Amino acid sequence: MQIGYPVLSTVIFLPIFGALFIFLIKRTSEAFIKWTALLISLITFILSVPLFTNFDKTTAKMQFTEMHDWVPSWGIKYALGVDGISVLFVLLSTLLTILCVTVSWKGIKEKTKEFYAALLLIEGSMIGVFASLDLFLFYIFWEAMLIPMYLLIGVWGGPNRVYAAIKFFLYTLVGSVLMLVGIIVLYINTGKTFDILQMMTMNYPYNMQIILFWAFFAAFAVKVPMWPVHTWLPDAHTEAPTAGSVILAGILIKMGAYGFLRFNMPLFPDAAKAMAPVMMILSVIAIIYGGIICLAQTDLKRLIAYSSVSHMGFVTLGIFALNTQGIQGGILQMINHGIVTGALFLCVGIIYDRTHTRQIADYGGVATVLPIYAAFFMVFTLASIGLPGTNGFIGEFLIILGGFTASKTLGVLAASGIIIGAAYMLWLYQRVFFMETNPKVQGYPDMNMREIITIVPLIILVLWIGIYPNTFLSFMDVSVQNLIDRINAVGLAQTAQQVIEVSR
Amino acid sequence: MNTMNMPFLDLAPVTPEIIITISATVLLILELIFKNKAVLAFVAVAVAASAMYVMPSSYGQTFGGMFVSDGYSTYFKLIFMINLILTILISLKYIQRQKAEYGEYYSLLLFATTGMMLMASAKDLIILYLGLELMALSTYILAGIKRHDIKSNEAAMKYFLLGAFSSALLLYGISLIYGMTTTTDIYKIAEHLKTTEVTITLLLSMVLIVVAFSFKIAAAPFHMWAPDVYEGAPASITAFMSVGPKAAGFAVIGRVFYIAFQSIQADWTPILIGIAILTMAVGNILAIAQTNIKRMLAYSSIAHAGYMLIGIIPGTQESMSAMMVYMLIYAFMNIGAFAIVILLEKGEEISDYEGLSKSHPLVAALMLIFMFSLTGIPPTAGFIGKFNLFMAAVKAGYTWLVVIAVIFSAISAYYYLRIVMNMYMKEMKEEVAIAPSPSLGIAILITVLMIFVIGIMPSVVIG
Repeated sequence: MQIGYPVLSTVIFLPIFGALFIFLIKRTSEAFIKWTALLISLITFILSVPLFTNFDKTTAKMQFTEMHDWVPSWGIKYALGVDGISVLFVLLSTLLTILCVTVSWKGIKEKTKEFYAALLLIEGSMIGVFASLDLFLFYIFWEAMLIPMYLLIGVWGGPNRVYAAIKFFLYTLVGSVLMLVGIIVLYINTGKTFDILQMMTMNYPYNMQIILFWAFFAAFAVKVPMWPVHTWLPDAHTEAPTAGSVILAGILIKMGAYGFLRFNMPLFPDAAKAMAPVMMILSVIAIIYGGIICLAQTDLKRLIAYSSVSHMGFVTLGIFALNTQGIQGGILQMINHGIVTGALFLCVGIIYDRTHTRQIADYGGVATVLPIYAAFFMVFTLASIGLPGTNGFIGEFLIILGGFTASKTLGVLAASGIIIGAAYMLWLYQRVFFMETNPKVQGYPDMNMREIITIVPLIILVLWIGIYPNTFLSFMDVSVQNLIDRINAVGLAQTAQQVIEVSR
Repeated sequence: MNTMNMPFLDLAPVTPEIIITISATVLLILELIFKNKAVLAFVAVAVAASAMYVMPSSYGQTFGGMFVSDGYSTYFKLIFMINLILTILISLKYIQRQKAEYGEYYSLLLFATTGMMLMASAKDLIILYLGLELMALSTYILAGIKRHDIKSNEAAMKYFLLGAFSSALLLYGISLIYGMTTTTDIYKIAEHLKTTEVTITLLLSMVLIVVAFSFKIAAAPFHMWAPDVYEGAPASITAFMSVGPKAAGFAVIGRVFYIAFQSIQADWTPILIGIAILTMAVGNILAIAQTNIKRMLAYSSIAHAGYMLIGIIPGTQESMSAMMVYMLIYAFMNIGAFAIVILLEKGEEISDYEGLSKSHPLVAALMLIFMFSLTGIPPTAGFIGKFNLFMAAVKAGYTWLVVIAVIFSAISAYYYLRIVMNMYMKEMKEEVAIAPSPSLGIAILITVLMIFVIGIMPSVVIG
C-alpha cells in the first residue's frame, strides 16, 4: 500500500496551488489558462487512481493516512485518511472536475481565469472535506468551499444568479455555524481533541447526543438538501453555470449525506437510532414531494434540480434505514446520482450552449436534429429512472430493500416515488426529443468530439455499476458493516442496561 | 496616601508612553520646519516602532501604583501600535487628497494613542479618566480635521457632545465609588467592596460606568453616534477610531469589572449579556440597510463589539485572551477594508463597487478577502478569531449565547457579501479610478498577509 507520495495531500493541494498558479497567468492568454486547468485536473485524477487500485478492501481502518500536528495548543491535527465510505467520493470529485473543465471550454467567455481557478479551488476543498479526519480541518474545508462556489453561481450563472448565490450561501452558512457550535461542544466534552476517530470511540450522554445530532443535522440537511430546507437547491442549480450545476449535483450535495454517515451516525449512535424514523419520514416526503414538483416544471435544469431532491431522499432513506442494504444502497446511490445527474446537467449544458434556452417548451424533435445527443441523453434518463442494467437500478433496489426491512409503509411509499420518477423523466424525454421539431432547435450541429469525450466516461460508469456493482460495493462492505456494528453495539448495551434496570 | 513623597519615580514602566508623548510634542515643532508632511508620518511610524520595541522590558508599576504595565496592558498596547502604524500608512496620501494634511494630524494620532495606553495601564480611576480624556479630545479633533467639510464638522460635533456626555457619566460613577470607598485605586476598591453590602448606590455607579464604556465601544443602545461619526470623519480616522478607542474601552472594562467590581459580578453579568445581544442584533441588522460603506462598516464594528463582549462576559482567562486575540484580528481585517475604501478615488457608496472586479481585479480580490474575513469564513483570520472566542464562551457554559452569536454572524454574511456581489456580479456603471501609493500598498500587504498567516497558522496568535 506504500505509494511514493502522500496521495490525499497531493490531490487536495495540487488543485489549490494550481488555482493560485492560474491567478498568475496573464488574463489575455485564455487558451493557456484552459489548458493549464485541464492539465492540472487530469494530473490530479491520475494521481488519485492509487486510491482505487491500492485500496485495501478487507479492513474498515482508515487508509492512506497522514498525520501532522497543526495547532498543538488546541490539539488540532492535520489528519487525512479514507475508508470505504469516503474513498469513492474522492475519486468522483477528481473525475467530475475534469469533465467540468472540458464542458466549460466554450461556454465560459468572461473572467476565464477566475472561473477555472474557482473550479480548482472547489475541487481541492471538496476532496479535503471527504478526506479530513480532524473535525477542525473538516470544518475549514467545508466552509472554505462556500467562497468559490458562491462566486461560481453568482458570477457565471443565469439571469437570476445573484439571488440564487446569496440564498445558497446563507442557507448553508446558517446550517454550518450551528454545526460549529456542535463541534465546539464535542471538542470540550471529548477532552480537547478534534480527532474524529477518537471521538468515535466515546459514548456521550443521550441528551447531549440528541442536541448534537440536531446541530450537525442543521448543516448536513441543508447540504443534502432534505425537505423542508431544500429550497435553495432549485435556484442554485438552475442559475449556476453547467460546471457549477455538475459540481453541486455531483459532489457538493453528497457532502451532506456523507456528513450523516461520518459524524451523525458513529458519533451519536443512540440519537441516530432514536431519530431514524423522523429522518426516514422526511426522506420519503422529499422523494414524493420532489417527484410531484418535477411534473410541474417548465425549465429543464429546474426539473433535474427537483429530481435531485427526490433522489437524495432515497439516499437519506437508505442511510437511516440503518441496515447493510440501506446504507450500502445509500452510498452507491450517492455515487450514482453524482454520475447520472452530473451527466444530465452536462447534457443540458451541451444543448444550452447551442440554443441558449432552458425552457422545455422551446424544445421538441431534438432526436431528429441531434441523434447522437439523443442517444446519450436516453441512457442517462433510463439510469435516472432506475432501469435494470443501469446503475440507478442497483442503488434504488438496495435502498428500497433496506427501507422495507426498516418499515414496510415507508418502503412502499418510497417505491411509489420510483414510478413518479419514471413519469417525469420519460415525459421530459418525450417533450424534448420527440414530437414535432421546434424551429428553435433546427439546424444545430450534433455533439462534437470534445463533448462526446466529456460524456463517455459517465456512460461507462453507468453501465459498469449497473452490470457489475460489486467493484464498487466491495469498497464499502467492511466499512459499512463496521458502522452498523458501532450503532447496534451501543444500542444493545443500552437495551441491556434498560433490561437490568427493569428487572431490578 | 504618602505616594506623593516617593523618593524617586521609577519611569521604566511608562517608557513607551514617554517616548510617544515627547515625540508627539516634537512633531508639532517639526511640522513648522518641514514643508513635506510625509516626513512627519515616517517619524511617527518610527516612534511607534520604537515604543513597541521597549514595551517588553517595561513591566512594572509606578506613580505609587496608579500605573501598571503588565502582560494585559502590553497586549493592548501592541494592538494600539499596530493600529497607529497602519493608520499612518493609509493616511499618508489620503489626507493630501482630502485636503486635510495638517501637521497636527500625526501628533494628534500619537496623543490619542498615548491616551489609550494610559487607559490600558490604569490601575487607578483617575489615570483611567485622564487617559480617556486625552484619547477622546484628540479623536474629536481628528474626526473634524476636514475643516471645510460640513459632514466632518458635524461628525466632530456629535462625537464631542455625546463623548462629553459619556465622560460625565463616567465621572459621576467614579465619584459615587469614591464616596463609598474613599479611594480611586482599583484594587483597593475591590477590597473595600468585598466587605461591604451591595447598595443601590453601588449598583448605580456600576450602571453609570457600564453606560459610559458602552458609549466608548459603541455598544447598543449607546451606539447612535457611531454611524454618523464614522461616515463624516475621514476614512483613515474612521479606521483608527473603529479599532483603537474600542480596544482601549475593552481593556478598561476588563480591568474595572473583573477587579474593582468582582464582588458584584452577578449583578453586572446580566447587564453585559443584554448589551451584547442587543449590540449584535442592532449592528448586524441595521448594517443590511446601509448604502454607504463607511456607515456599513460602522454597524459592522458595532456588531463586532457585540462578539467581543461575549469574551468579556464569562471572565475566564481563556475568554479574556480570546477577546484580545479577536481585537488584534479585527484590527487587521477592519483597517484592511478601510484601506481599500481609501484606495478608491470615490469609494464611499456601496454602489461605487459595482463591477470593480472588471476594472481592478486585484483590488476587488483583496476586498473580497477582507469581507470574507469579517464574515468569519475559513481559511481567514476572522474565522480563527470567532472560533477562539466562541470556544472559550462554550467552555464557560455560555453555549446559548454562542448560538445567538453564530446566527447573527451568519446574518452578517448578507451585508458583507453585498460588497462582493457588487464587485463581481454587477455590471460597471462608471470606471472607478484608484489612487495607489506605496504606503497604502504596504498597509494592505501587511493586513492581507496577517489575515492568511493567522487563518492558516493560528498558533502565531494563540497559546
